[in-house]
Amino acid sequence: MAASETSITGNTPGQAEPVGAKRRPAAGPWVTAFRKLVRDKAAMVALLVFILIVVGCCLAPYYANSIAHTLPFSSNLDGKIVIDGEERAVIEESTEGLGLGTTPIGPTWKLGGYFLGADDQGRDVFARMLYGGLNSLWIASASTVLCLVLSGALGVIAGFFGGLIDGILSRLMDVVWAFPIFLLAISLSIVLINTSITLGPIVIRSGSLWLPIFIIGIVYVPYIARPIRGQVLSLKNSEFVLAAIGLGVPSHRILWKDILPNVATTLIVFVPLMMALNMVTESALSFLSIGVQPPDASWGTIIQDGQNLLYSRPMVALAPGIAIAITVLTLNVFGDGVRDALDPRSKLRIGGD
Amino acid sequence: MLNTLIRRLIQMIFVMFGISVIVFLIFFWTPGSDPAARIAGRNASPEVLAAVRHDFGFDRPLYVQYGLMMKKLLITFDLTSFQNRGQKVIPQLVDATPVTLSLVIGGAILWVIGGIVVGLAAAVTKGSVIDRGLMILGLIGISMPVFWLGSVLNLITQSRFHDTWMFSWVPALGYKPLLESPWEWFKTMLIPWISLAVLYIGLYGRVLRASLIEAGEEDYIRTARSKGLTETRVMLRHALRTSLITFVTLFGLDFGALVGGGALLTEVVFGLQGVGKLTYDSLKSLDLPVILASVIYASFFVVGANFVVDMAYAILDPRVRGR
Repeated sequence: MAASETSITGNTPGQAEPVGAKRRPAAGPWVTAFRKLVRDKAAMVALLVFILIVVGCCLAPYYANSIAHTLPFSSNLDGKIVIDGEERAVIEESTEGLGLGTTPIGPTWKLGGYFLGADDQGRDVFARMLYGGLNSLWIASASTVLCLVLSGALGVIAGFFGGLIDGILSRLMDVVWAFPIFLLAISLSIVLINTSITLGPIVIRSGSLWLPIFIIGIVYVPYIARPIRGQVLSLKNSEFVLAAIGLGVPSHRILWKDILPNVATTLIVFVPLMMALNMVTESALSFLSIGVQPPDASWGTIIQDGQNLLYSRPMVALAPGIAIAITVLTLNVFGDGVRDALDPRSKLRIGGD
Repeated sequence: MLNTLIRRLIQMIFVMFGISVIVFLIFFWTPGSDPAARIAGRNASPEVLAAVRHDFGFDRPLYVQYGLMMKKLLITFDLTSFQNRGQKVIPQLVDATPVTLSLVIGGAILWVIGGIVVGLAAAVTKGSVIDRGLMILGLIGISMPVFWLGSVLNLITQSRFHDTWMFSWVPALGYKPLLESPWEWFKTMLIPWISLAVLYIGLYGRVLRASLIEAGEEDYIRTARSKGLTETRVMLRHALRTSLITFVTLFGLDFGALVGGGALLTEVVFGLQGVGKLTYDSLKSLDLPVILASVIYASFFVVGANFVVDMAYAILDPRVRGR
């Protein structure tokens, strides 16, 4: 990638920066990083595409109500649609094979409705894709925030206080780390089917989006909490912190002024990369019908809907997958750029298993 | 070395215990509904419910319930399904294991070869069009959901291009045992292997490239070059060797995770009756004992695999031992 190339060969703009910064009143690390990021063409293009996708998904209600005039969440088996002056049923009699059964209408490629065709319940796939994108993006972002907050807190606590607390937290993370994510999600969802959990004031119902958010947010905590803990440990032994300790600075102040700003950088680097990973995980859970529950949609559930139509109407399963791939790709490219801008030497693993 | 081994062993046992407690709590202690009803499945008669209640000790203290669950799983191996009356769970899992292993081992061979080739090619041609192209392809591979890629491959090989010379050899979906006919087995597994391996080829190629380029700036590589060794020899014998340490660690973790349930998506898409598919089908039929068993065994396997990786790492890299 062009992005990682910059950091490795250290091309001239990157090195010219400190010189320019010296002449002016010194630019802070955030400003330097931001300037470097803005200059990264690949990252900026990726960000632009990502923003376009988000905006497009936010237009979902507008598309469904004003352009396509469809109800994306209720089945429309007897619907009719006018294409080129000719009225056609949304669910047509099959013409291929033995002519038995029915096939939903294929893509019309016209924005007026059924742009990408219908699914087997006669619902507009494109409208569902936009709504589904909202759910996918929301789950990916919310679980990223949850995961980063949790793992930041755990990593800092374990690394800073050490001793028994560190021992307990580290073993706990070992346990979560070893838990196979899909099996954990399956266990949780089979237990929660038709019931709800009450955790103090929070009530999670079986169909709630919070369930996938919590599952995804928690399973990846060790992935981030471990590097954070390591970073805090090495910060604790770094000279500026030792100096602060030697000067008698109280430890809450060291934590706040010296440790947290450094950890914050690492956490920010993780944001786009974790979002990409969470997006893929969410789609997988929804594909297995243990994520977003019908009639709600997400890109994963639409791919699942498209499985039965794969050979007759492939667009139902293809389109949301392309949407996932593009979104995840932009997040990964942008994430590469952010990482290079903030911390050219860190070696994060992008993608997931 | 022995010290490390013992410490890691104790850690491993602790983690296994922790996992079993969490699974126990999820299955038997989540508020909401009667655990006996959950295990008995749909439309269970009062007699079955009573039998389950007695069998799993739901009228006794929690630690007895935990003990009974672990005894069924690890000592007597007699967990039975109530959804499919009297069906023993363990033999079902044993039957499914070779399918999962076939899938993951074959995929792993593909992705290790692919990852090394991609990583080496990109590192050698650093900065060129080939390097950029490979890295972009790798990133695309990482960004595609595996179950979607599998669907696309199915669409191409089973439907759209199945009648052409290219894919007419692809057999219908489903597993063919290796021992019955190795050739058929290979033909059915090839497409699933590819679909499983793409993500990891991208991942490992990128990791290996970064690690090779980093190694290229080390002193020992400069020494090797100034000794007059050929570039191939420097790359293969010196740089690649060190870089493979990271590679091996990653491989162990990913392999363990895939066998322990991660290959589920690929199994579902390609209709392979492996452990993951069995668990997924049990979710659909609300067959809780199967899920209970596969979750415990799979996570124990993952923990065991991580232990092996740790030990391999300690053998490969002596600096780790003291940690």
